[in-house]
Amino acid sequence: MTITEKILARESGAKIVSPGDNIWVNAGMLLTHDVCGPGTIGIFHREFGKDAKVFDREKIVILPDHYIFTADEKAHRNVDTLRAFVKEQGLPYFYDPGTASYCGVCHVAMPELGHVRPGETIFGTDSHTCTHGALGAFSTGIGNTDAGFIMGTGKLLIKVPPTLRFVLDGELPPYLSAKDLILHIIGDIGVDGATYCAMEFTGSAIDALSIEERFTICNMAVEAGAKNGIIAPDLKTLAYVKSRTQKPFEPLYSDPDAKFAAERRYDVSKLEPVVAKPHLPDNKALARACRDVRIDQVYIGSCTGGKLEDFVMAAKIMKGRKVAVRTLLVPATRQVEKGLDETKIGGQSLRQIFEAAGVEPIAPPSCAACLGGPVDTFGRTKGNEVVVSTTNRNFIGRMGSKESQIYLASPYTAAASALTGHITDPRDI
Amino acid sequence: MPNETLIRGPVYVLEDNIDTDLLIPACYLNLVPTIPEEYRKLGSYALAGLPGTFPKFASNPDGTTPYPIVIGGRNFGCGSSREHAPIALGAAGAKAVVAESYARIFFRNSVATGEIFPLESEKRLCGEFKTGDLAEVDIAKSTVTRLSDGAVFALKPVGAVAPVIAAGGMFAYAREIGMIKK
Repeated sequence: MTITEKILARESGAKIVSPGDNIWVNAGMLLTHDVCGPGTIGIFHREFGKDAKVFDREKIVILPDHYIFTADEKAHRNVDTLRAFVKEQGLPYFYDPGTASYCGVCHVAMPELGHVRPGETIFGTDSHTCTHGALGAFSTGIGNTDAGFIMGTGKLLIKVPPTLRFVLDGELPPYLSAKDLILHIIGDIGVDGATYCAMEFTGSAIDALSIEERFTICNMAVEAGAKNGIIAPDLKTLAYVKSRTQKPFEPLYSDPDAKFAAERRYDVSKLEPVVAKPHLPDNKALARACRDVRIDQVYIGSCTGGKLEDFVMAAKIMKGRKVAVRTLLVPATRQVEKGLDETKIGGQSLRQIFEAAGVEPIAPPSCAACLGGPVDTFGRTKGNEVVVSTTNRNFIGRMGSKESQIYLASPYTAAASALTGHITDPRDI
Repeated sequence: MPNETLIRGPVYVLEDNIDTDLLIPACYLNLVPTIPEEYRKLGSYALAGLPGTFPKFASNPDGTTPYPIVIGGRNFGCGSSREHAPIALGAAGAKAVVAESYARIFFRNSVATGEIFPLESEKRLCGEFKTGDLAEVDIAKSTVTRLSDGAVFALKPVGAVAPVIAAGGMFAYAREIGMIKK
């Protein structure tokens, strides 16, 4: 069996499962946030009764992150709904905006907080829940109804996905990042190239990636339609997880004779920086082939591209230089925000490097303009802006305005483009 | 779950890769679907993310849609796990989507909520219908008929989720099989 099949077998109490089997699986963790939490809670109470209790308080994590820094009244009401539910149920893992416990973007905060452990199942009311497979967990996005069901029962009926294996070997050149790798893969297989499949990433290039870069890869598995993305745990994974949680866990690995529905191989040393052109993540083009695209805005943030290492990459490019267009930075979490001050390149903090480069005042952590949001959301597009963004989706209207054009890129390419005002291959800086 | 097995009315024709931001833009995700007034509002914003070249979907004066059937291409509902997407279509009064293929979370949410039938066509139908054409979906027979000339197009069998659809959603199904109390 593959790692995905083995986790699902263990959590369903079966010895063996095969792709296509419909099985009841135990939920190791249930994640929700301010946009889908209130509806999930509504379903939980409607179906299980107003006095119902959640299946396990230790297995529910509530991380408000979407509409936090807004005057929108309903957005505030929704966070109040979460607060009331947390109080009613006595939930220990709630990270309340406006308090010291607030974290920011749930998919960056979940592993930071030690809520992701190898070999476990994680269900979350957000499609980018697939991010957590980077630590060797089975992790997938679900809707409110399924989440309400899990809240009451701790279980979910799911279909075992076939696994596609992606073997990435070779040495990653210094101008490429994990974002380039996953944009290459999605560009090759298409936005429905992995529909209902598990995407398992392996090979020496994956082994060499940092944990944060592995998150970037698994984060975008859903942009190819995948049910989950997954990377087998290694020593780096175990060190990362053990430094964040005392809870025991049992990693699982694909068997040597595991069956994969398909396999693709890449030599990453031969790849070049890419962007995904409007309006789909598979609309791949070489960054150097888009030099004539003039841009209005650069956005660095989100669960995909707002981690500390994303800002380190951007700072390496921007250090000692000036941006030519409006450049917006949104650290994903408070911890990333702290890292902007604590991480130094050549004696300067990342924040100092960015401020000297002339970026806009750095925004507080949240999902912000990655998905548009309420009209007063930081960085939301208003007209026909052309944006280079380290986020995950470039759908029509994704960042607010239907007329704006979004090019998805790595932090290197986004930073390089900010300096020149047109899409720029980082090798040209 | 809409329990009709025969759905008749004008179709609304879309393309490939209709994503969840087109189905319900993120600025409306402050609405909570389990609050009845906000459920209706979500219906009025169904497909509000489409470019202006498309006719308004929820164009009835009361915020519902005159189109009970939506025709799509490949990968319908790609993107977010927001359940607001199938709910917006259902709240607007649409009964079925007929598409070549679905993104899995949208498909699952459609089945789990029972808001809309996510049906798969055997062949691409985007070119076979124009918005406003009258059609009839027969779920029992797995067909969609173009009423102007009687042309019949096959739908794929519903498959493993048939019992969940027949029950009317995830909770109804779980009660039926004794997974949760009635």
